[in-house]
Amino acid sequence: MQEEPTAPEPALIRARGLTKRFGSFVAVDAIDFDVAPGEAFGFLGPNGAGKTSTMRMIGAVSPVSDGDLTVLGLDPRTQGPAIRARLGVVPQQDTLDTELTVRENLVLYGRYFGMSRDECNRRADELLDFAQLTERQNDEVEPLSGGMKRRLTIARALINQPDLLLLDEPTTGLDPQARHLLWDRLYRLKQRGVTLVLTTHYMDEAEQLCDRLVVMDKAKIVAEGSPRELIERYSTREVTELRFAPDVQDRLDGKLDGLAERIERLADRVLLYADDGEAVAVAAHERGLEPETVLVRRSTLEDVFLRLTGRSLIE
Amino acid sequence: MAALSRVVEQRAVVYRRTFRSSAFSSFVSPVLFLTAMGLGLGGYVNRGGATALGGLSYLEFLAPGLLVATVMQAAAFEATFPIIGGLNWQRTFHAMYATPLSPRDIALGNLAWIAVRMAMIATVFTAVIVLFGAAHSPLVVLGIPVAVLTGMAFAAPIAAFSSTQRTPNRFNVIFRFGITPLFLFSGTFFPIESLPAPLQAVAWLSPLWHGVDLGRGVVLGTIGDQPLVMLAHLVVLSAIVVVGSWATSRLIEKRLVRG
Repeated sequence: MQEEPTAPEPALIRARGLTKRFGSFVAVDAIDFDVAPGEAFGFLGPNGAGKTSTMRMIGAVSPVSDGDLTVLGLDPRTQGPAIRARLGVVPQQDTLDTELTVRENLVLYGRYFGMSRDECNRRADELLDFAQLTERQNDEVEPLSGGMKRRLTIARALINQPDLLLLDEPTTGLDPQARHLLWDRLYRLKQRGVTLVLTTHYMDEAEQLCDRLVVMDKAKIVAEGSPRELIERYSTREVTELRFAPDVQDRLDGKLDGLAERIERLADRVLLYADDGEAVAVAAHERGLEPETVLVRRSTLEDVFLRLTGRSLIE
Repeated sequence: MAALSRVVEQRAVVYRRTFRSSAFSSFVSPVLFLTAMGLGLGGYVNRGGATALGGLSYLEFLAPGLLVATVMQAAAFEATFPIIGGLNWQRTFHAMYATPLSPRDIALGNLAWIAVRMAMIATVFTAVIVLFGAAHSPLVVLGIPVAVLTGMAFAAPIAAFSSTQRTPNRFNVIFRFGITPLFLFSGTFFPIESLPAPLQAVAWLSPLWHGVDLGRGVVLGTIGDQPLVMLAHLVVLSAIVVVGSWATSRLIEKRLVRG
């Protein structure tokens, strides 16, 4: 290519002032971000934050309303098919062909990319193995479990050996075991150097998978960094959760003051932010407070989100 | 073209899994109709002498019209449920749109597949006509392209409508107040000259009448009697296909972009 050897690796995705409007409603409000090759990049935020709209613009299926966006160095406005040829897309809602078998779903999808039948079949063999679906390859899709369908959707998205894999809420609606299996597969992809871009409203998913993420709220990016950086910047090392009977919690005013660096009252519990959670628990006990349960834990991205927006991720 | 053919391929693979039942019914339906109407009813009609239908037996009169009308019904069905299924239920059109395929490839590929299906149904139907001895001449095979064209004149605009729907609720209206009356009153079972004058005028507006009249013309070899009328049929049907296909492309694109 034409770049000088010393130039930094160009971003796979570059967004500046990226905006999506539906009529007068602003779904994505002038956001900036870059995604570097090989990284796992996340959009964390509650439902309705603008994550899916952003993903659809990156996926070159929804026109950019305003601002600049380049994906793989191409302009989605004019080079949509060329971008889509090099993407793998795992949509929020399954779009599998339920009348076909697992294998047929993979092979046909490869055909949409113009791959030969032989190549499609070869890739299907590899991907069935990767998705742990080889034994189910000749079964129809409909009776598969939710976790298997998601794995098939991910396998299908990889059929064209994409430069970039987009995953919109990849584990929403799955049971914990299925989620862990899926995370393991995504982790393997990451190890192989596949660039992942995902949206999630699960902070554990973001922590597990993302090298770097942006927190989105109400169409804007409110923070950016690695999960650890965000926690260090916006929260304390530990959190002490005190759960009181509802009427007791209402009459607490003042009694908690000074116990921690920061105090958040949720509907069903009080969160005390400090670097030493045990010490806070002891201090609370010494003040004569009698919570029904006490839990000391490490800070998570959930706490970061609460700090930034005053709300929980899952409402 | 290459991209469009991949959409056709997908539909063909899906069809291969379910063709047994539909192949059977596309054979049984003409057998039943030609037996009941052609032989049963036709037996009475023919007693009135052959002059009423211009020297044809009722079966010979009925067969080309019924071929075209049957393909119309099948086309209307193919342009409803598979389209909203792809956009709303299984969302396979959204899956295709995430690849280099364009909304236009998806729309025209699906319409092309409907044309393939209509050709299959028309071919089976024509074979049954021949089995019944109702073929007037080898020209009977020309009924197949006319039936496909007429079917597409229904499929294309109906597919455009289906692209705007999220549920099948309104399809009943199409079938009950559109397809069924047209099936009965477009000259399939009797010449439209038998209808009261105002209803005749309505029949002229029916795309099916254009198809039935053109089909009868080419199959019975009478096309030379009224060449301009036949040409007009061809133009009307082709124009509906072109406009309907364009509208389907635009509306599917609109729907896919919205997500």
